[in-house]
Amino acid sequence: MALAWAAIPFQPPSASSISEGVDQLYYLLTGITLFFTVLVFSIIFYFMVKYRRKSPDQVAAETHTSMVLELAWTIIPSLICVVLFVWASALYVRNSRPPASSTEIFVIGKQWMWHLQHPEGPREINELHVPVGVPVKLTMTSQDVIHDFYIPAFRVKKDALPGRYTSLWFEPTETGTFHLYCAQYCGTNHALMIGWVYVMSPKDYANWLAGGEKTESMSQQGERLFTQYGCSGCHVADGSGRAPSLAGLYGKPEKLASGETRVVDEALIHQAITIPNSVHVPGRQAIMPTYQGQLDEEQILQLIAYVKSLGSQERNGK
Amino acid sequence: MSTAIAEIHEGPAESSVNYLNANYGIKSWLLTTDHKRIGLLYLGVITFMFLIGGTAATIMRLHLVEPQGALLEPETYNKLFSTHGIVMVFFFLVPSIPATLGNFLIPMMIGARDVAFPRLNLMSWYIFVTGCLFALAAILSGGVDTGWTFYPPYSSIYSHTPVVVMALGIFIAGFSSILTGLNFVVTIHKMRAPGMTWFRLPLFIWALYATSIIFILGTPVIAITLFLLGLETLLHVGIFDPAIGGDPLLFQHMFWFYSHPAVYIMILPSMGVVSELITAFSRKKIFGYSFVAFSSLAIAVISFIVWGHHMFVTGQSIYAGLVFSVLSFLVAIPSAVKVFNWTATLYKGSISYEAPMLYALGFIGLFTIGGLTGLFLAALATDVHLNGTYFVVAHFHYIMVGGALMGYLGGIHFWWPKITGRLYPDMWARIAAGLVFVGFNLTFFPQFVVGYMGMPRRYAVYPAEFQVLNVMSSAGASVLAVGYLIPLVYLTWSMRYGPPAGRNPWGAKGLEWTTPSPPPTENFEEPPIVTEEAYNYPTAGAVHV
Repeated sequence: MALAWAAIPFQPPSASSISEGVDQLYYLLTGITLFFTVLVFSIIFYFMVKYRRKSPDQVAAETHTSMVLELAWTIIPSLICVVLFVWASALYVRNSRPPASSTEIFVIGKQWMWHLQHPEGPREINELHVPVGVPVKLTMTSQDVIHDFYIPAFRVKKDALPGRYTSLWFEPTETGTFHLYCAQYCGTNHALMIGWVYVMSPKDYANWLAGGEKTESMSQQGERLFTQYGCSGCHVADGSGRAPSLAGLYGKPEKLASGETRVVDEALIHQAITIPNSVHVPGRQAIMPTYQGQLDEEQILQLIAYVKSLGSQERNGK
Repeated sequence: MSTAIAEIHEGPAESSVNYLNANYGIKSWLLTTDHKRIGLLYLGVITFMFLIGGTAATIMRLHLVEPQGALLEPETYNKLFSTHGIVMVFFFLVPSIPATLGNFLIPMMIGARDVAFPRLNLMSWYIFVTGCLFALAAILSGGVDTGWTFYPPYSSIYSHTPVVVMALGIFIAGFSSILTGLNFVVTIHKMRAPGMTWFRLPLFIWALYATSIIFILGTPVIAITLFLLGLETLLHVGIFDPAIGGDPLLFQHMFWFYSHPAVYIMILPSMGVVSELITAFSRKKIFGYSFVAFSSLAIAVISFIVWGHHMFVTGQSIYAGLVFSVLSFLVAIPSAVKVFNWTATLYKGSISYEAPMLYALGFIGLFTIGGLTGLFLAALATDVHLNGTYFVVAHFHYIMVGGALMGYLGGIHFWWPKITGRLYPDMWARIAAGLVFVGFNLTFFPQFVVGYMGMPRRYAVYPAEFQVLNVMSSAGASVLAVGYLIPLVYLTWSMRYGPPAGRNPWGAKGLEWTTPSPPPTENFEEPPIVTEEAYNYPTAGAVHV
């Protein structure tokens, strides 16, 4: 089935674990569209010829509305829509959930380029190197306006929004080079906010990671920022500082002074850094200054990586 | 019947005083409260706006002949597609049929002397013109580069173009929509001639009624949205920009809460026109009158709860996505019901193929494709791939140009003899209709393919592998442009030189055809009394389907 379709030109490369499922649905929809278009066109053409006015005074025959027909052409399309909805939704729900084993890579959209950072440290611009056969989860945000990360060959797309983290995931199934686009209009050079995804064999990928400049990992970079910006002065590890210890915090539900309980995730940490007063915890004074404008999105992601690493260290310790 | 035809062509001597020559001078037009004249005032303004939007599109398509861009800097290209979208949506398609044909025909079709509030009607036109002037000012001072969707924080903080002036133009023009909708609803409720019951109304009236409801309920939301956008831009109040405490997705929810129903503001009136054309040119009662009528209302209601399908890839929750997806599939059903009923109307009809009928049949074909390709975008898994690509561009042009615009042109051709009292050369009109159909498909069909291939929309430059399909599209656009210009020539010509049309050149049913062409200022020589259903064409015996 897949092979037969592949012979048709005008099709983007299909290179992720979800491409084929999306394509099958696409072909089903195309089939339905063709069927109904041909049906409606042929009936209209047939009537146009058969019932054309042959003499100027020709009158129509009287026909009566048929409840059977009305019900048929209401119910049959409804049933088709139900099938399509269920099919498409099941596929979407499956395609939306990244496997737990996914490698995480961080993406920042910025007028007009993509910044990417691997947790091991290497950074890329408008290029993304990933190993074949490994699920990859992208955690994305934007430094300025709304962008959209789109890899047609993988059939994935998600907005990168300022002030929020969104995510998408894929598992490349073929090695090769594939287009990467910004698919949300973002200003003058929107059309230049493009790049390439390089899908490599695991060995090539390991070589690629090892090659290039030696860089610290993201959490090490975050740790350096943590000291440099004075965070460590208050957020003392043993909890004796003016601010709570961050060890083991990631992923924990935390009661805030507003009375709300929120799980500490990327979004909450981002908020705590940029608008600290909005999420301070009870029993502490809201004295933390905002770092908005001082730290860019890339640095905030590094700090998040550091906070996450504190969590895992503690869990490992126990 | 043959005597009836002879009478149509020779025409009874019409009284020489009509709404066009009842009084003269620019003042008699600018201060008129006659719904027919106001309809023509709108026609003049929106035709001008259409030419601006169309010129922008033509230059864009020329530019895209080459992957690296043949003509323009990216900045200019961005301004052109923004101008094209804004002008075509807010200043042409939204007012197109309602403000021109709706104004002209609603009182005539229901047997009234005018709309319920004639002076308010004139005021609506002035409001619309004021909105247009702001938009033109924004265009002349360089144009905006935000796209017609104005997504913040780009539009509010990052764009260095006159966004506020343009938004103000749309804001002002919106009040014209609201007041026109209000006027129509009251007119249809209160001004029907004796005997014109709800189920004797022409389906055009049902469609305009549904449209008016969307005007009244939807337009205030876009006004509020653009007002807030202006606040953020001018006063830096954090509403949409997260850097100052706002939420950019809030804008999208509010924008699409209006702008999705706005698609039905554009298509419903065309559906109404098509119901009139199909019946008139097959001389037959509509098949399934109440199904066609109620499907218009169903579309109007459901259109308000599908907006989230524009936001499937924004990070909106999966569950919201599921709900919006199922509702979007649901809105396809009443549209399908209409297509099937129009097709069934042709069955055993007496069908002739004058230009308006060609437009109507073209509408059914293109709307069918436009509607079915909407399913690809209502389906979550495929939308993720297709959202933001040329597939979406192709889909909505099949609806808004293949559907709404074809219906508008069909309606203009159908009622032109009534409006001007003159006939246009039918052969030229058929040629133009053919060119529009062929040119349209050549322009937009390749865009489905290039979209599925992954080409994002709003790209001033693009990868070379998409060039062949883009060149096809540009070639189609030039055919389409010729198809639009020809009617401009022969319709203008016919106003002066066309042969007199007589009351009812098509032999159509409907009150508007019982009065002279052009009609007298008071519409009817005597107030009509309605004694029959709509589309009560003579028939040759009953056949049961």
